Amino acid sequence: MTNATNLTAEAYHPLQTQLEKEGDTLLINMGPQHPSTHGVLRIVLKLKGEVVIEAEPVIGYLHRGFEKLAENLTYIQIIPLVDRMDYIAPVTNELVFCLAVEKLLKVEIPKRAAYLRVLTAELQRVASHLVWLGTYGLDLGGALGGGSTLFLYCFREREIILDLFEELTGARMMYNFNQIGGVRYQPPDGFETRVKQMIKKLEQAIVEYQQMLEDNYVFQVRTKNIGVLTPKLGKAIGAEGPVLRGSGLKYDLRKEEPYSSYEEFQFNIPTGDKGDCFDRSSVRIREMKESLKIVKQAIEGLPEGYISARPAVRVAQAVKPPEGEVYARIESPRGELGVYLVSDGSPKPYRLKWRAPSFSNLALLPHLVVGHKLADIMAILGSLDPVFGEVDR
Amino acid sequence: MTDLIFSLAILAGILVVVMYLTLLERKFASRLQSRIGPQRVGWPFGYLQPVADALKLLVKEDVIPSVADPKVFNLAPIVVLLPVLLVFAVIPYGEDFVLADLNIGVLYILAISSLTLIGIFMAAWSSKNKYAVLSGMRAVNQMISYEVPLVLACLVPVILAGSMNLTDIVAFQNKVWFIFYPVLGQLSFLVFLISALAEANRMPFDITEAESELVAGFMVEYSGMKFAFFYLAEYAHLLAVSFVAAILFFGGWGGPILPSGVWLASKVLFLFLFILWIRWSLVRVRLDQILAFSWKVLFPLSLVTLLLAGIWKVW
Repeated sequence: MTNATNLTAEAYHPLQTQLEKEGDTLLINMGPQHPSTHGVLRIVLKLKGEVVIEAEPVIGYLHRGFEKLAENLTYIQIIPLVDRMDYIAPVTNELVFCLAVEKLLKVEIPKRAAYLRVLTAELQRVASHLVWLGTYGLDLGGALGGGSTLFLYCFREREIILDLFEELTGARMMYNFNQIGGVRYQPPDGFETRVKQMIKKLEQAIVEYQQMLEDNYVFQVRTKNIGVLTPKLGKAIGAEGPVLRGSGLKYDLRKEEPYSSYEEFQFNIPTGDKGDCFDRSSVRIREMKESLKIVKQAIEGLPEGYISARPAVRVAQAVKPPEGEVYARIESPRGELGVYLVSDGSPKPYRLKWRAPSFSNLALLPHLVVGHKLADIMAILGSLDPVFGEVDR
Repeated sequence: MTDLIFSLAILAGILVVVMYLTLLERKFASRLQSRIGPQRVGWPFGYLQPVADALKLLVKEDVIPSVADPKVFNLAPIVVLLPVLLVFAVIPYGEDFVLADLNIGVLYILAISSLTLIGIFMAAWSSKNKYAVLSGMRAVNQMISYEVPLVLACLVPVILAGSMNLTDIVAFQNKVWFIFYPVLGQLSFLVFLISALAEANRMPFDITEAESELVAGFMVEYSGMKFAFFYLAEYAHLLAVSFVAAILFFGGWGGPILPSGVWLASKVLFLFLFILWIRWSLVRVRLDQILAFSWKVLFPLSLVTLLLAGIWKVW
C-alpha cells in the first residue's frame, strides 16, 4: 500500500524532475479525465519507453454512496436507485435486488413475470454488449477513425432495443420495471411481433460485426495474445462473466444456479480458449447471439396470467421483510452481480452490500497490462468492460 | 510580379480547399456512419461550417503552458505547416500550369515533406508534457521507418520515366498510366500509399496523435489558431499526398476529352476519398507493429518493385 501511494503522488511531478530522478522510466497519470478510461478511471503508469512496468488503477471518482443511501430508503424506493449503478444495464440491478427481497419475503412470483424478467434481462445483455462493442472500437481506434464508425453502428442497433424498452416500460434507460413480487407492466399490443422483427435485424447485424472484427487483420493484431488471462489468475482474483469465460472456464450463473426460470431455456455458453482480448471480444459477440435465442424463446413461450405475486406484496405501504440475511446473485452482462441484504425487520434494509463484477474484473488490470505496450492498456481495459457506476457505487 | 500574384493565388486557393476538405471529410464520414453530418451552419449542406470552425479557433484563448519553452512552442506549428505548403509549389496543376518546374521535383517533394517531422518533434518536446513527449518519440520512430519505402516507391515512376521532373513524368504517362503497368504499377502504388499514409500520420498509422491513449499526442497543449495550424498541415499533407499519387501513378492531368485541370482534380478527389475511406473503417495499429511491418514487409517489397522497374526499363 505504501508503494501505491508513492506511485500516485509522484505522478504529479513535472517531466523534468522525473527524468532526472528516475532515469529512463516515466510515470504517467492517465485519467480520470482521459478519452478512453470508460468514464472516470485513473491509472498511474510506470513506463519504460512504451512498455508498461507497473500500473495502478485508482478508483472512487464516481462514488455516490449507494450502499449507505439504501440504508435510509424503503425497499420500494431503492429499486429506482439501483438503476443508476450499472447504468449500461439497469434492468439487471433491479432484478437482483428484487430477487434478494423476494428471497427474504419468501414470495413466489408468477411464471409470466419470471419470463418477462428473463426477456428484459437478455435484451439488456444485448444492449449492454453492443455498447461494449462500440466503445471497444473507440478504445482501439479513437473517436476519429474506424472505431467511431463501429461505435455509431452499434448505437444504431442498440436504439432498436431501447425503443422496445420504451414501449414496455416508458423509459429508455432507467426502467424501474421490476418490482418486489413481479414486474410492473404488461407488454403492450403487438410487442411480440416487434420483438421478433428486432431479433431478425440484430441477428444479421451481429453476424456482420463478427465478420467485421474477427476477420479483420488489424483487429486481430491488436487483440490476439494481448492481456492473456490464465484461468488460475482469473479464479484467484475473482474474475467474472465474459472475462472468465474468455479464458475457457464454462461458468455462468444462468446455468450453474438458475434463477427466474432460466432452467427452462435452451442456450449455450460460449467460451474462449486462450484468454486474450480477442477471445473475450469473441465471447461477448457470441453471447449476444445466444441472448437473442433466449429472447425468442421467452417471447414465444410467454405464459398468460398475472405479472405480480398473488396475494400482492403490499407495495402501497412499506415492505417489511422478516429479520434475516440473504444473498442473491445473477449473471449480469459483466458477470456475477450479487446482493447481500440484511434486514432487521424494519421497512428499510439494515445493510445492503453489492458485489459488483466490474470491480473484481478491474482488479485484473494491473496483472494483465504489465509487459505490454502503452496502446495495449486501452485494448485490455476495454476488454474487461468496466462500468464505473458499478465499480464505485 | 506576376509570379508573386500567381503563387499567392495558389496559396490562398490551397488553404481554402484544405478548409473545405475538412467539411468534405465530415460529410463523408457521417454518410459512412449513417449520420447526416454538419448542416446547421450554412443550411442545407453545412457549407459555412469550416468558416465557423476557423472563427471559433480564432477567438479561443491562446494558452502557453508555464513550463513550456515559448519560442520553440510558438514556432512549431509554422514549421509543421510551411513545408507542406511548399510542396504545392512544384505540382503541375495542368498542362503548362506549374509554379516552379523543377527538374528534381520528386526529390524536392520527398525532402521537403519530411521536414514536418522536425516541427512535430519541436511541438512535442517544447510542450514538456509527458503525453506529448511520448508522441514525439513515436513520430521519430515512425518517420525513420517509413521514409525508406516511400522514397523507393517514388523511385519507380522516376526510373520508368527517366526523369525527376513531375511534368516529364506526367507527359511520359500519356499512353498508359503507371498504375496500369502489370504487377509493378500496383505494387509500387500500394507501397507508396501505405508509407505516405504513415508519413501523413493518418489512420491506421496515426499513432502520434493516438487519441485513445495519448489524448492528442504532440498537439495536446495547443489551443486556438496554433492547433488550427496543425490541423491545416494535416489536411494539406493529405492533399499533397493525393496530388503526388495522382501525378506519379495516375497520369496526372492526362485524360481524354475533358480539360486537364478537371482530370487532375477528379483523380485527386478520388484518392483523397479513398484515404478517408481507409481512415473511417480501420482501427489503429501499434507502434511496434508499424515498425515491424515497415522493415519486414514494406522495405523488401519496395526493393522488389525497384528491381522490377529496372528490369522493365532495360528490357
